[in-house]
Amino acid sequence: MKRPQPPLPRSLQRRPARPGDGAGPNGDQAVPTLKDQAVEVPVSVVGWLDERSGASPFLRGFLYRKVPKGTNWFYTLGSATMFAFLSQAVTGVFLAMYYDPDPSRAYESAARITNEIFLGELVRGMHRWGSTVMILLIFLHMARTFFFGAYKYPRELNWIIGVILLVLTLLMGFTGYLLPFDQRSFWATVVGVNLNSSGPIVGPYLADFLRGGPEFGAYTLSRFYALHMLLIPGLIAVLIGAHLYLVAKLGTTAPPWLKAEKSKALAKEQI
Amino acid sequence: MAESRKNPRQKKSRYTADRGIAGAWEGETVTRRRLFEGGAQAVGGVAVAAFGLPALGFALGPMFEDQLPDRYQDVGPEEDFNAETYVPKVITLVPDTGEAGKTTIYVRRTDPARDEKNADQPYVAISTRCAHLGCPVRYVTASQRFICPCHGGVYGFQGEVTGGPPVRPLDRFYTRVEAGRVLVGARFSLNSKLERFPHPRDPSNHIDGLWQYLYPGRPST
Repeated sequence: MKRPQPPLPRSLQRRPARPGDGAGPNGDQAVPTLKDQAVEVPVSVVGWLDERSGASPFLRGFLYRKVPKGTNWFYTLGSATMFAFLSQAVTGVFLAMYYDPDPSRAYESAARITNEIFLGELVRGMHRWGSTVMILLIFLHMARTFFFGAYKYPRELNWIIGVILLVLTLLMGFTGYLLPFDQRSFWATVVGVNLNSSGPIVGPYLADFLRGGPEFGAYTLSRFYALHMLLIPGLIAVLIGAHLYLVAKLGTTAPPWLKAEKSKALAKEQI
Repeated sequence: MAESRKNPRQKKSRYTADRGIAGAWEGETVTRRRLFEGGAQAVGGVAVAAFGLPALGFALGPMFEDQLPDRYQDVGPEEDFNAETYVPKVITLVPDTGEAGKTTIYVRRTDPARDEKNADQPYVAISTRCAHLGCPVRYVTASQRFICPCHGGVYGFQGEVTGGPPVRPLDRFYTRVEAGRVLVGARFSLNSKLERFPHPRDPSNHIDGLWQYLYPGRPST
């Protein structure tokens, strides 16, 4: 059986030997050059992984989906949001290496990240501005979905998951705002928690849950920190997976200004 | 096969013995496959509950325990205070949280002519936590008003609302005098008639009339 050719660009594919190129009289292959051997190594590594994981049929289906005519730049807003989340995750993990969620040291550790640690200002700035960018992108993505009618059957469930993702992202903004622990973030969080408390019956309990008690106390900051870097991002990652699965399964919608093309055969039948 | 084709509408018997399953006995309705399926799911559920429920209780526990036991702290000698104006003092609301656990309170001596309600308290110790959303109010001596910087709440000399969004008067703290020193204890809330509510409510919680049942006193306070 012939082995399938790896999907290599033409310049890297092994050329058949030309007549009189040192190939043997019985049509033997030419002696592989150094380039051929260098190409062979990654190809065989990828092939080894692919044979055992079945990744390529999955990736082919997932990445090379058919998209409708008229697909345009607005359709990239969802991926943009996901990359904003990835950027937040990566910068957040590295900020956690230097940040100390202790009420008496949080402000100093955040200030140290900005003022002393190499590239700290850049990474903290990316996280701080990235949060705003992510929320903007979510709303743009949501607007695209709404105005293109992409929330309609059979994609309602994906809209619902998207709304949960929006709420979780807003919660990320709320919990992350406290962490610099300066006057602004402290009082903004006091006000935000008391806003939660204004809901009848459940509100005061919700506020107690957020504060970890009746007063803004020793564990409030670490609670917010744990929610911000473990619980909510975990939920977001899982729901992004579900969101993407549904996108891949259901496909994307054509923009509303495109009319469906009638096939001639079908038109004849309808008459 | 022929049996099932005879009458496709006829339901399969619920007895395993009728369906010709090997080893079935009289009256058995649950197949072994279904029993093991259910058993495996139940074991999985028990395993998840075994770590999930304690973890959930651990996270929610602070909502149900009283974390601020009554303790009185000294704010100074009786000579520091008078009945005409408020003196700012700093107390510790939550121990071991550094500056974030401290708060300013305003203290004056109870004036029997002015304070018919809560006259059992030797001193009036007013919390600076705004009853709107919890920002810190300050006392302006010239106008005898407490003013909140965040959303414009204004309170009169007794801490009663005279303007802006707050839903009830400023909270107070219990006070007592020991050996010439003024001691300040736990927080209590007041409704608009300055009647005392021993379980202090959060800012933003109305406690007049029926509102007090919509914002119940919680076990944590």
